[in-house]
Amino acid sequence: MRKLFGPLVVVAAVMFAYAPVMIAQAPFESTMGLVQKIFYFHAPSGMIMLLSAFVCGVASAIYLWRRNPAADHIAMAAAELTALFGLIVIVTGPLWARKAWGIWWDWDPRLTMSFVGWLISVSYLFVRKYGGPGSDKLGAALAVFGAANVPFVYVSVNVWRTLHPKTSVVPKLPPLLRGPFWFSFFAILVLYLLLLAARVHLERQRATLDELYLAEEES
Amino acid sequence: MFVRTALLVLRKDVAIEVKSREILYTTLLFAVSCVLVFAIAFVKEGEPLVDAAAGILWIAIEFAGTLALGRTFERERYSETLRALLLAPASRAAIYVGKMLGIVLLLAVAEALLVPLVAVLFHAPLFAQAALLAALLAAGTIGFAAVGTLFAAMLVRARTRDVMLPILLYPMTVPIMIGGVRGTTALLQSPADLPMAVMWIGLLGAIDIVFITLALWTFEPVMTE
Repeated sequence: MRKLFGPLVVVAAVMFAYAPVMIAQAPFESTMGLVQKIFYFHAPSGMIMLLSAFVCGVASAIYLWRRNPAADHIAMAAAELTALFGLIVIVTGPLWARKAWGIWWDWDPRLTMSFVGWLISVSYLFVRKYGGPGSDKLGAALAVFGAANVPFVYVSVNVWRTLHPKTSVVPKLPPLLRGPFWFSFFAILVLYLLLLAARVHLERQRATLDELYLAEEES
Repeated sequence: MFVRTALLVLRKDVAIEVKSREILYTTLLFAVSCVLVFAIAFVKEGEPLVDAAAGILWIAIEFAGTLALGRTFERERYSETLRALLLAPASRAAIYVGKMLGIVLLLAVAEALLVPLVAVLFHAPLFAQAALLAALLAAGTIGFAAVGTLFAAMLVRARTRDVMLPILLYPMTVPIMIGGVRGTTALLQSPADLPMAVMWIGLLGAIDIVFITLALWTFEPVMTE
């Protein structure tokens, strides 16, 4: 990853610079018009948030049962990025919903899921920061439970909401909008991988520093 | 052996509680105060809002349960008995189950008080489908206690445990609360929507199984040291 880091930064920069051009050239969606453009940013962020939460859950499970410090570093980095991309999702979502649905927020399954998932990722970060001794394992258990909880939240919110049906706009992408969308997705994916690698590196160095401090105190 | 250890832990907690009654009384009074506060928000011109009763019942249970969880482990921490408990040559999972049963028992007592109270104060026919409501309450309480006991035990050493417990517990118990509230609402409708209530009981049962299994797995690696 270290060798690839520099070139990937360049790739990400170029992709992010070109993405607005592609998005601007894409045709307007017939009913939503300009506001639909936020999708190129919003939906990929949501997908990355899910991916990141998954990475965090798996890494936490490995850490909990295998005691592999590297897994803990990845879990920590992924949790932070879940919170970051989650924040992007729940800020850009209402901006779009206000125009498309006429309301800022709707307790639709996906919205509720993102909200709950974001809360769990933030509570993970709180645990790691203020949890005191043993907070690494506490956080790992929280992440494992959070991952196991996902299907239940989905089913329960789905049934709860279908009791009060409401029309929702399901975006089906026409071919001309598909190109810019996947381009944006991969731009954000590369950015995510870069951030994850950088954060894992930082976490590893922090752990090494802690060990050195402890060794210094003991000697 | 497993069952015996779990029951011993439960018996110990019950014995302490029967002597002091501290956690039981504070939890009950807290639950009643919750109901009072909700009454202020959800009663309009003497009549409660539609569907308010189910929400009030479950939120009161969740709040009171959080308080009870915190207090139970606070007592273990004060007297440094949690360490003794973990040092005992017994399976960690059994200790966890014993602790969890204690919380379930405590919440069952709280629910025995809360259900008639909510039924009377909010004109809710909660006893019309008593068996299904009992099943719903049991499934929801066990799920809540399963996560709650694990998190409360893990947070014992944290300085910020008072505030961390609800922060961790509430997002995690979202499906349990939805299931409980929606299932109770289905029972309160006239006529009662029985298939819907049974569906929620089933979902809560599935959550219980997954949460307890995960907690039994995680309790051991988390509580070492």
